[in-house]
Amino acid sequence: MRLPVQLILGGVLAGLFLALALISLVWTPHDVVALSIADRLQAPSARFLLGTDHLGRDILSMIMVGARTSLAVALVAVGIGIVVGVPLGLLAAATRGSLLDEVVMRGNDLVFAFPSLVIAILITAVFGPSAVNAIIAIGIFNIPVFARVTRGAALSLWTLDYILAARVAGKGRARISVEHILPNILNLLIVQGTIQFSLGILAEAALSYVGLGAQPPTPSWGRMLAEAQTMIYTNPWLPVLPGLAIVLTVLGLNLMGDGLRDLLDPRLRRVRA
Amino acid sequence: MIEVTDLTLGIHGTPILRDVSFDIRPGEVFGVVGESGSGKSLTALSLMQLLPEGAQTSGRAIFDDIDLLTQSERRMCALRGAEIGMIFQEPMTALNPVQTIGDQVAETLLVHGKAGRAEATQIAAERLARVGLPPEKVPLSRYPHELSGGQRQRVAIAMAIALRPRLLIADEPTTALDVTTQAQILALLKGLVTDEGMSLMLITHDLAVVAGMADRIVVMQAGQIVESGPTARVFQALSHPYTRQLFAASDHQPQRQPHVTDDPHLQMQGAVRDYHLPRRSLFGKAPTFRAVNDVTFTLRRGESLGLVGESGSGKSTLARAVLGLEPLQAGRILLDGAPVRAGDPRMQVVFQDPYGSFNPRHRVARLVAEPFHTMGHPHDADARIAEALTDVGLTPSDADKYIHEFSGGQRQRIAIARALITRPELIVLDEAVSALDVSVRANVLDLLADLQARYGLSYLFITHDLQVVRAITDRVLVMQAGRIVEEGPTERVLSAPEHPYTRDLIAAAPAIPAEWRNHA
Repeated sequence: MRLPVQLILGGVLAGLFLALALISLVWTPHDVVALSIADRLQAPSARFLLGTDHLGRDILSMIMVGARTSLAVALVAVGIGIVVGVPLGLLAAATRGSLLDEVVMRGNDLVFAFPSLVIAILITAVFGPSAVNAIIAIGIFNIPVFARVTRGAALSLWTLDYILAARVAGKGRARISVEHILPNILNLLIVQGTIQFSLGILAEAALSYVGLGAQPPTPSWGRMLAEAQTMIYTNPWLPVLPGLAIVLTVLGLNLMGDGLRDLLDPRLRRVRA
Repeated sequence: MIEVTDLTLGIHGTPILRDVSFDIRPGEVFGVVGESGSGKSLTALSLMQLLPEGAQTSGRAIFDDIDLLTQSERRMCALRGAEIGMIFQEPMTALNPVQTIGDQVAETLLVHGKAGRAEATQIAAERLARVGLPPEKVPLSRYPHELSGGQRQRVAIAMAIALRPRLLIADEPTTALDVTTQAQILALLKGLVTDEGMSLMLITHDLAVVAGMADRIVVMQAGQIVESGPTARVFQALSHPYTRQLFAASDHQPQRQPHVTDDPHLQMQGAVRDYHLPRRSLFGKAPTFRAVNDVTFTLRRGESLGLVGESGSGKSTLARAVLGLEPLQAGRILLDGAPVRAGDPRMQVVFQDPYGSFNPRHRVARLVAEPFHTMGHPHDADARIAEALTDVGLTPSDADKYIHEFSGGQRQRIAIARALITRPELIVLDEAVSALDVSVRANVLDLLADLQARYGLSYLFITHDLQVVRAITDRVLVMQAGRIVEEGPTERVLSAPEHPYTRDLIAAAPAIPAEWRNHA
């Protein structure tokens, strides 16, 4: 089977930043915490591949550690969304039409009704800015997304004969949900997960940009952007580099999501074939 | 009028049709008969150039001195609808749900620039009246969801004949309809051919339908025409072995030796099942729909009991109630004297759809073993899975395969294996052979008869098909609008029906004329 082009391209882009993040765990070209005023605002050179910022820190090292922050925050936030949202969606679908279904779905609507970034700002403003609070704030808004996708997909499966056959065999709703429904909506969840992952990176960047994400000295792309924006005329590469990192990661993940959908959705595959 | 010579079709290099040649004369009904996968639909789509991507055709299809296979898309757009109309099997999806029926019929006229808006509406009204939907009874402003399946198919026909095409292609036009509706739609099509001098290319799997409709037929098998000629001659001669096989399968009677006892096995006593409909007002009481209305019957041990009815008669609800999946508002259902419950290993089910009945992600062994759930996996589970697969004519090694590796008929055998695995006493068969091709259906009916004899099973056979009832049941219940309207031994009910509804059903069922089946 041929892999979709988007999947390969997206995988390479996202994989590049994932590799940077992983490498930064053991090695960075320079120490990101050490300040060196003597080396401030250096242009890219052999010593500083991507130059330095106004405090003399190596941009490449900061982007590597920043990738770690972004990916970790987004990954855990999506994890929260899946771990809470998918069971809620399965539950709502299994009890469709009941009071429980109604409560879950109206609860979803309630969360959807608030602009997510504003609430995230509120949460971090009340509980203090930190990476953990950013994770929680972004994670909460992933829950209804996964609950809704799960419920919608599960509802159409509940009408199929093999579900009826499982009920005839005496299986309960919980067991049917886990055994028959979940494996058959996994494709959809993987695709949705990729998309939410890229949205999570954007949200984390936005929170850091306003100073409510990971706190100094932990580098993050959003804050690098915020700190460098005043220097856009004197040292253009300073804001451009973290911006590029955000754009390329999100682009990579979105391409991957599209590619995975093409790969996993047999209906689309047939059209392509 | 249309002459097809050596039509050959491949899709992505896979050969689909080989050297298909036929001609259709003006004003005749031309039948194309074959089982699924025989290429009969793709033959029609080739003529319309509506083939899927990657299709390669060769040969010629001469329609009025032009070759349909080589026309540009632009030219085909002008031909489709205007010169050649087409109707499809599924009336539910062939119409646009957000457009009124009047607009949809008028649109065909507007697209081809044959009429202005006002005139098009007027012609649409007239065409709809012609297909049996007069505006005073069914206004043009109706939406498809407000119509029944038969009415929708009439709208689809009105759209296809709006521009009075000279050739109408009907691809399984009545397969999704009830038998009484089918009879009306077939009569309508026949009337259109006579009145308008149109030719009709009727594609179907049902020999009885073409027997009553077509002047000439072709029989297709695996992308080739194996037999062709005037309908009566083909039916009387049956010169090709495949035609003979199809013919024999279409009214196949399995060898049965029923051992019916007097012991009541399944009893339904005054069962009532209501559904809540959507509330009409915010605080009003939700109206209810009575799907099963005071139904009482007894199925005796070893008996095969048929339950016949059209769609919406409540027979599927009744089947689910028997399986313990529907709560009853009144009455009770007893299996061996005790109320039925879901998961009872003594009772199993086989559903209609061989494609939707299995979780595509599990292997056959796990699918077949599912009914073990309530009784716990026995220690000899693997041996019993192998035994069940062997019982239905498959091999034990099939247990390691996935369901997509099997054909429709094989899947239905696996469904039966799943039903046999708990060694049940009663099997509910809900339209279990309706989706199968005739020859496959004959094999599955043989299998069911054999299993019944071997294991002394009782069957509750739910179907809309009187042929199936005749083939496999001892007694039959006729259900209409939630009630049992007639009950009796199958032979008696089919030969001397008492209730007017039963009489309608039997009269509407298409049949091959008796004088054509002497040799059968």
